[in-house]
Amino acid sequence: MPTTEQTVAADRAAERPARLRAGASPLGDRAFEWLTLIMALSVFVLIAIIGYELARGSTLAIHKFHWHFLVSSDWDPGNDVYGALPFIEGTLVSSAIALVIAVPISIATAVYLTELAPLWLRQPLIMFIELLAAIPSVILGFWGMDVMVPWLHTHLFPALRGRLGFLPIFHGPDYGHGYSMLAAGIILAIMIIPIITSISREILRSVPGLQREAAFALGATRWEVTRIAVLGYAKRGLFGAVILGLGRALGETMAVTMVIGNAPQFLISLFAPGSTLASWIATQFTEAVSNLFYSALFELGLVLLGVTLLVNVLAQLLLKTFAGPSIKPQH
Amino acid sequence: MKKTILSVLAFGGAVSLLTALAVAIARRHIAVISGAALLAATTSPAQTLINGAGSTFDYPAFTKWFEVYGRDHSDVRFNYQSIGSGGGQKQLLNQTVDFGASDAPMKDEAMSQAPGKILQLPIVAGGVAIMYNLPGNPRLRLDGDTLANIYLGNITTWNDPKITALNPGVSLPNLAIVPLHRAEGSGTTFIFTDFLSAVSPAWSKQVGKGVSVKWPAGVGLGAKGSEGVAGQIQQIPGAIGYGELAYADESKIPYADIKNSSGNFVSPAPASVSAALAEAKIPDDFRFSMVNAPGADSYPIAGPSWVLIYQTQNDPVLGQKLVDFLKWAITDGQKISSTLDYAPLPDAVQQRELKLLTTVKY
Repeated sequence: MPTTEQTVAADRAAERPARLRAGASPLGDRAFEWLTLIMALSVFVLIAIIGYELARGSTLAIHKFHWHFLVSSDWDPGNDVYGALPFIEGTLVSSAIALVIAVPISIATAVYLTELAPLWLRQPLIMFIELLAAIPSVILGFWGMDVMVPWLHTHLFPALRGRLGFLPIFHGPDYGHGYSMLAAGIILAIMIIPIITSISREILRSVPGLQREAAFALGATRWEVTRIAVLGYAKRGLFGAVILGLGRALGETMAVTMVIGNAPQFLISLFAPGSTLASWIATQFTEAVSNLFYSALFELGLVLLGVTLLVNVLAQLLLKTFAGPSIKPQH
Repeated sequence: MKKTILSVLAFGGAVSLLTALAVAIARRHIAVISGAALLAATTSPAQTLINGAGSTFDYPAFTKWFEVYGRDHSDVRFNYQSIGSGGGQKQLLNQTVDFGASDAPMKDEAMSQAPGKILQLPIVAGGVAIMYNLPGNPRLRLDGDTLANIYLGNITTWNDPKITALNPGVSLPNLAIVPLHRAEGSGTTFIFTDFLSAVSPAWSKQVGKGVSVKWPAGVGLGAKGSEGVAGQIQQIPGAIGYGELAYADESKIPYADIKNSSGNFVSPAPASVSAALAEAKIPDDFRFSMVNAPGADSYPIAGPSWVLIYQTQNDPVLGQKLVDFLKWAITDGQKISSTLDYAPLPDAVQQRELKLLTTVKY
């Protein structure tokens, strides 16, 4: 698209004087480069250290269970047998529910805030969203227990069962009285909405005005401008915002523990109680008396780190496959 | 201008919303919040600081003891972290604390890792109440077999013939039973599952006993902390759960009379737990279980909590002060802890523990 290329050319032109100035003092430039490199590497070192410590702590469990740990659903401290499968599934499913709910809401909110909302409304709305981000997870958890869970039990679950009960995920008894995988997913969605919204808004704001003007000039409608010129341009950044939200959802502990029902099981029905890697580590850690038990909890931490990395890598691959063409002009 | 006013309005609205939320939450969970207040330990050079860690069940007793004991003994200060029995055992093994506290006796496997011999002294004992939420709050009678079948998922409604047979004259609703258990490992879970294992062969075979066990799949819910169990019982009609007697009394939740080994239905109380303690067979290493104890007045779901110390103390001054304190807690301290719903240790047990404490080397 010529419009994009023009924009990129304009961006490059704006960068040029800055580069010239920096080139004037090669020593300072070099030092700065090294400094930032060290800072960037420190993140890798940190992750490596955490990974190493987790692996060291889980040696006992790894030697005892090998890969069975990842595919076994047995969690039995009485017989010192441990398996991570229900928690891996719980982590992935609760985060997926959170994304399904949060992504459309967040991106729609961000689009409204940057493209459509009257100027006087933007600031108050942004402030509300940022307030939501500032609520500690334990408070959300209390709210979840006191308000949301009973409501799920009396209203949402019967409604879902009535209309969508033919789907296995909305089938089965609500024996946890609202404490369930779905409750955890909803709480997680509430927690990640402000993160995804805030970052998406910044990304949409950074879409050059020229993009929109060019699209309007070509006779595009408001919807087409937003869809093609704005969202298409910002695809990669929005994807990054979603991944950050997902990271938060995968690791959230407190609020999930309070509403998920804490059962070391995985059932297809979202009405059933379950647990996630993070919530299970948090609840079990204090009374892990046997060494193998303790080690198995460390291995859950290692698995969580692995799941997070894997999800990120998969997301990047997904982005390369599907969002490839539209991001090329940026290079 | 318009924008500023709206921002201010929005901000004010949000703040008041949050405040209201915070107040509502604080009112409901004030016990949790005040429980989190930490004991600030200040030491002058002449004072000895004794560090302990472990059981949350013992925490209220320790806090009260430290306060009372500290009045007459200004040369010693205590710091106790209620991080759970597992943490207490671990920190003692790593020698990062001077004493540990645990609701389950230390296993041989753990003791074999210790750098020295560990003494285990029962310090408090408590009953576990079976709480429930039923319309009209009837007073219920339950036995171990029925409880085991509820938690195994074999008894699923309150009007099950097994429950109605135990409660003649009480009209029980056709309401689903929601069995609650502690999500995290807990000494209370140990006592409860120890009792079920003692009275129900099916439970012993399928689940067993422990601070955390493999709860039968598809039955009930895990709640975090004693306050979590108590809170969810109040929230869910038809719920049943177990918790320290103090929590049941504090939250005014009805609890059941439980059938003991003599066939009597007994209510949990410091006196009935003490009665069980007096009947329990206690070996010389004090690792014992007192569930389903004999005796007409014994409450069957109860257990002791232990203080763990090394028999050989590295620091003579600290060691002496620690032993002095423990001697006091085992004897005079029992009168204080019984005001907090703990059962006092019987005289005979006190004397045996004092004798064991004389073997501590400095």
